[in-house]
Amino acid sequence: MKESILFRMSHIYRDDFRVRAFTFGQGEKALCIVGSVRGNEYQQLYICCRILRRLKRLEAEGRFAEDRQVLVIPSANPASMNIGKRFWPIDNTDVNRMFPGYALGETTQQIAAAVFEVVNKYRVGVQFTSFYTPGEFQPHVQMMRTGYENPEKARDFGLPYIVMREPRPYDTTTLNYNWQIWETDAYSVYSGTTTRVSEEGAELAADAVERFMVLNGILKGTPSRAAPSRIFRYDDLLKVCTTQAGFFRDLVKNDERVSAGQALAEIIDPCAGDVLETLRSPADGVVFFRYNDPLIYAHTAACKILRDPQQRF
Amino acid sequence: MVEDIVSIRLPVDETFRIRKNVIRNGAGKRLCVVTGIHGDELEGQYVCFLLNCILNQNPELLHGSVEIYPAVNPLGIGSIERGIPGFDIDMNRTFPGSDADVMTESIAHALVDDLAGADAVFDIHASNIFLTEIPQVRINELHRDTLVPLARQANMDLVWVHANSTVLESTLAYSLNSIGTPCLVVEMGVGMRLTGEYGEQLTNGILNVMKQLGMWDGEIASVKTPIVSDGQDEVIFLNAQSSGMFMKTKRHGSWVGKGETVGYVFDPFEGKVVEYVTAAKSGLLFTIREYPLVDKGSLMGRILVRGTEEA
Ligand SMILES: [Zn+2]
Repeated sequence: MKESILFRMSHIYRDDFRVRAFTFGQGEKALCIVGSVRGNEYQQLYICCRILRRLKRLEAEGRFAEDRQVLVIPSANPASMNIGKRFWPIDNTDVNRMFPGYALGETTQQIAAAVFEVVNKYRVGVQFTSFYTPGEFQPHVQMMRTGYENPEKARDFGLPYIVMREPRPYDTTTLNYNWQIWETDAYSVYSGTTTRVSEEGAELAADAVERFMVLNGILKGTPSRAAPSRIFRYDDLLKVCTTQAGFFRDLVKNDERVSAGQALAEIIDPCAGDVLETLRSPADGVVFFRYNDPLIYAHTAACKILRDPQQRF
Repeated sequence: MVEDIVSIRLPVDETFRIRKNVIRNGAGKRLCVVTGIHGDELEGQYVCFLLNCILNQNPELLHGSVEIYPAVNPLGIGSIERGIPGFDIDMNRTFPGSDADVMTESIAHALVDDLAGADAVFDIHASNIFLTEIPQVRINELHRDTLVPLARQANMDLVWVHANSTVLESTLAYSLNSIGTPCLVVEMGVGMRLTGEYGEQLTNGILNVMKQLGMWDGEIASVKTPIVSDGQDEVIFLNAQSSGMFMKTKRHGSWVGKGETVGYVFDPFEGKVVEYVTAAKSGLLFTIREYPLVDKGSLMGRILVRGTEEA
């Protein structure tokens, strides 16, 4: 393993800002792993801790293939992580909305440029990214439809779900989108949480990456067993939205099987205590996303249900 | 007449409202003044006030309706936050919105719906807390043909036609212009402050646009001829090379020569000037940094490159 600094920038009153990277193996740039890019992506950073520990062990055991190189960037934004702020300390810009970056541009464009210049040389890119809505998704691999996406290859992670999403205008400046445009196979791996560390989720993500590495000849060995992934479009998820605001009280857990009409959550009037609304599942399926803050606004998705595959008779 | 555009209950005993004040006299065209998308930009507040005062004092001079939306991000304004509090997102990246699964999206959708069909919309911004701007209209090149003639009437110092980018497609102005509702984006002054003279200048510009639309019979003070940068001019961005505190030595709106210093970055700790910020080419310094603390890369100013000074 080799440690390096991809980008360094001095600050008048804080320590130097550094983007640190770890390289395993040598030769063909096979896989690049990016952890947290935003300051509240603790789980994303934690997954990288787990992966780094594994890769160090696997390297010592001689499991790396001869001509394959893997790069891990645990955090592209330590300055925000250390103050618990999602975006850049001064101007509140999002590093993950600055790709492919601009070396002569503004601060976060420079960070993105320095990172992108290195990561875009890899054949495959994996990012542990986050959503801005509070809530937990089922672990899955997410890909944007850019015309360059490779969903079949995503099966190598062995995660239960592969989600295809249509890019929106603001997605064009994310790392994932630019990776794809510059011909790196890009995958976003979600392990469930963001601000809260989940051991189980981190282990799952680390397993998924290891399995991908084995199946793609980066690591020697036999792949772990996994059930086939289900591929679906993000827009096919059934959104169950609130019409009222109040306390959010869930009645189901993620991954729980629910039937049409089953109560999923209650919205409670925080002042009077009454149940304002009971949200019900529109179909038979599993709970794929569940909101998880104490208070919820009206017109907000409280649950997203993955409908059972259509039965064929 | 005050109308609710959006009225949504918040979780704990409060109703979220976006309201507009409609001032109408007879039939005629419809002009809308929108501000406060960014909660830390307040320059538009004074324009809304002045425009309201003038219309209230001279109701008979108006033909048609003026609709004033002073706070389309009321929670942001109320908490001195640029974005939408509780969501940590920029409202001007949520348009045209949808009736889908996030409250901010349905708000954006309702606002676009309400503004659609107006004969002219002003979306007033105040740069941000970091930069001070001369009064200007910014126009996406895709909408130049409709908007430049309108912007020339708005009594601004500069009309800047800039390149399109996909990210800009989620702004209010883009959404309105792409459905045929002309929307001018005004940037002037600085975040968190009011600049009286700019408020007066733009108010006069809005009245002049109303006059051109046949909506206003009142007197108009003399209207400026703006510098129009139609997309062919070069705009230089000055970015800091180092972290420190910035002291400006040139005002926004100054004409600067090649190599001239517009400010410097200093280190209070050791009493050193760490960098002089200079103009790479001569032109109009239409943006200058206001907020002292800078990172490497922070924007320090923008220069519209022009060989000679113009009126
Ligand atoms: Zn603004």
